[in-house]
Amino acid sequence: MPEQRIKFYQTGTYTAGNRLLNEEARTVQSRMDRTNSLNSGHRACQGCGEALGARYAVDAAMRAAHDRLIAVNATGCLEVFSSPYPESAWQIPWMHSVFGNAPAVASGVAAALRAKGREDVKVIAQGGDGATVDIGFGCLSGMFERNDDVLYLCYDNEAYMNTGIQRSGATPPFARTNTTQAVGETPGNLPSTGKNLPRIAMAHGIPYVATASVADLHDLEAKVTRAMAVQGARYLHIHVPCPLGWGSDPAHTIKVARMAVESGLFPLFEAQFGTVVDRMPIRHKVSVEQYLELQDRFKHLFGPPRNTDAIAAIQAIADANIATYGLTA
Amino acid sequence: MLAQIEGSQAVAESVVLCRPEVIAAYPISPQTHIVERLSRMVKHGDVGRCQYLNVESEFAALSVLIGASATGARTYTATTSQGLLFMAEAVYNAAGLGLPIVMTIANRAVGAPINIWNDHSDSMALRDAGWVQLYAETNQEAADLHIQAFRLAEELSCPVMVCMDGYILTHAYEAVDMPAQSLVDAFLPPYSPVQVLDPKAPISIGAMVGPEAFTEVKYLAHHQYLRALALIPEVAGAFAQQFQRLSGGLCSPYRMEGASIAVVALGSVIGTIKEAIDELRLDGIAVGCVKIGCYRPFPMVQLRGTLEGVTRVIVVEKDLAVGMGGIVSADVRMALQGLPIPIHTVIAGLGGRSIPKSSLKQMVQDARAERLSEPHFLDLNRTVIDNELMRRRDQRQAGPMAEQVIRAVNAIGTKVV
Ligand SMILES: Cc1ncc(C[n+]2csc(CCOP(=O)(O)OP(=O)(O)O)c2C)c(N)n1
Ligand code: SF4
Ligand SMILES: [Mg+2]
Repeated sequence: MPEQRIKFYQTGTYTAGNRLLNEEARTVQSRMDRTNSLNSGHRACQGCGEALGARYAVDAAMRAAHDRLIAVNATGCLEVFSSPYPESAWQIPWMHSVFGNAPAVASGVAAALRAKGREDVKVIAQGGDGATVDIGFGCLSGMFERNDDVLYLCYDNEAYMNTGIQRSGATPPFARTNTTQAVGETPGNLPSTGKNLPRIAMAHGIPYVATASVADLHDLEAKVTRAMAVQGARYLHIHVPCPLGWGSDPAHTIKVARMAVESGLFPLFEAQFGTVVDRMPIRHKVSVEQYLELQDRFKHLFGPPRNTDAIAAIQAIADANIATYGLTA
Repeated sequence: MLAQIEGSQAVAESVVLCRPEVIAAYPISPQTHIVERLSRMVKHGDVGRCQYLNVESEFAALSVLIGASATGARTYTATTSQGLLFMAEAVYNAAGLGLPIVMTIANRAVGAPINIWNDHSDSMALRDAGWVQLYAETNQEAADLHIQAFRLAEELSCPVMVCMDGYILTHAYEAVDMPAQSLVDAFLPPYSPVQVLDPKAPISIGAMVGPEAFTEVKYLAHHQYLRALALIPEVAGAFAQQFQRLSGGLCSPYRMEGASIAVVALGSVIGTIKEAIDELRLDGIAVGCVKIGCYRPFPMVQLRGTLEGVTRVIVVEKDLAVGMGGIVSADVRMALQGLPIPIHTVIAGLGGRSIPKSSLKQMVQDARAERLSEPHFLDLNRTVIDNELMRRRDQRQAGPMAEQVIRAVNAIGTKVV
């Protein structure tokens, strides 16, 4: 049968439509009453994983909050492409303060709601990987440690994209960015650097930590929904490919994201109070090479000459993840 | 009710009388007694549903208030010195967003060298961030200014700093008249925000503005901010009526009738200046003083009106613009431009150096005799300076300057107070 483009909403890695699911299990995005919290017309690049992730995550949060939601946004691509005055793509109360304080601003929103006895209104904060793992890290850790009633969404595209693709603490080993260029003795980002924020979040013992990917939007929505049912500080780390920064085909955003998951480089799991309680097993394992090859930021690894050691080192990271989280079904 | 009470406790109680809803703070001397007291009162249930957040930095403290204020809560914090600079980005942001946050600055020097004692370097560094800056002369005034500050902030949609001298005021026990809750309630209506994050009427706050409109946005902010110059005397007047005492205002003259010399200053040093003036007047010297109560926005017209009759102005300021001189005096010069009045800059009280009455009297005499250098550093230890300059000239690896100065001061045996 010739390949056919399917326009149904995706519900899982291998399911293409909602119609086979019962009403309750269908995606939020497929519903007539979805809120379009992040509306169309914004200025994200074609194939932007962050825009996609935010749209699904925030609509799911809205549904869980019965449309009573306030969002705080760090500076970054999502903020900039969604909100150049007088246009705003946000259909929910939304606030941007500065780059490094979104978790604290959200704590303040939550505190004000508590002071006013408005427990019906929920709060989310969102930011890119740079806002989250680097400049806003202190505020985020404070928000976790106080167990403030906020769901924090990190859209991880593995670099500072808004400022033109510079390295962040979430940039993977060997990846080329404009401040870790593919030159010198160790081209690209130095290995053995960077931080794993989901693990750090778990170390705070907060009630809910999970990872998600735009490769599995149904799972992403489900995790947002579960997170929203919990009181206290919650953290969701969402892997969102950036075609511009990664040098990948905008049409391959989902594919790239899926390969990150299936290679084991981006493990999907859920944790409660610091303990992993669930993980998504890999069903069709791929090598890291298949993932790396899709992205220009790793092009220098494929030579000539081919950097076999670097590729092996990345494979070792994937293998370690698979072992740590038990991802082999 | 009159109480013999520490300045910090008076401020804390005053803030509680204003019924704050969210307080977030990070400890730093000499602000700690204020926030310790507030945290206790909140925890004890004396402040309604008010939330007190122990945060991980001053940047977070103000950021929490930015979120809380945008959600419609009355908000408060206190800091000083390193803490104020640590929150600097949020200080500008709060003003740009038009959020009526009230913050006490327990004025303290800024390092290095690290120094916990009083001067005005901290609040001066952020004078142009778009906050109203009020300076208290006494603990009574510090307590009163907080009540006025919330009203001003909320009427203007603009944050307000109440600056009070660290230790000199924050840790001093004085009689302070704490007003009754009912009077404060009558003076300060509940906060009614002009913009609020509300799911019922969603708006976007803090979005991006490009070159096509940024100038207009800033102009309007400036325009709005200048309204404070009309509102501050009004609020001080209403306060006087409600509480039967004078506090606040833009600038207050003291013995300026017939004065040919005017001393201009901010904060608690005004007390000593007044005493020096009383004694100089007995000696027949026609000197008065003007307290700047509101430093930002700067009361340009009002100050000119108060000073235009004098023949000499001495600005005593607890700050230093390194490589330039005085900060306040530059603004006073601006206010008096075109008038043939000599204006002296006197840098005094840096890092807690006390400003004795005798030095102030000498300063006035020196000014009359044209003996003040420009800028003039009050009670500067010239011997130490000359020795250290010589040592540094002769020795390339001269080591940390601060250490050497302390050694020299101790060796010479000069009292540094
Ligand atoms: C204090 C401060 N430092 C630097 C910047 C510049 N800046 C704005 S957005 C950004 C990058 C954002 O990266 P990330 O958080 O990963 O979000 P992305 O744009 O990749 O989605 C940077 C460095 C800033 N706005 N503020
Ligand atoms: S640069 Fe990347 S993250 Fe930013 S809008 Fe474009 S695709 Fe999205
Ligand atoms: Mg990023």
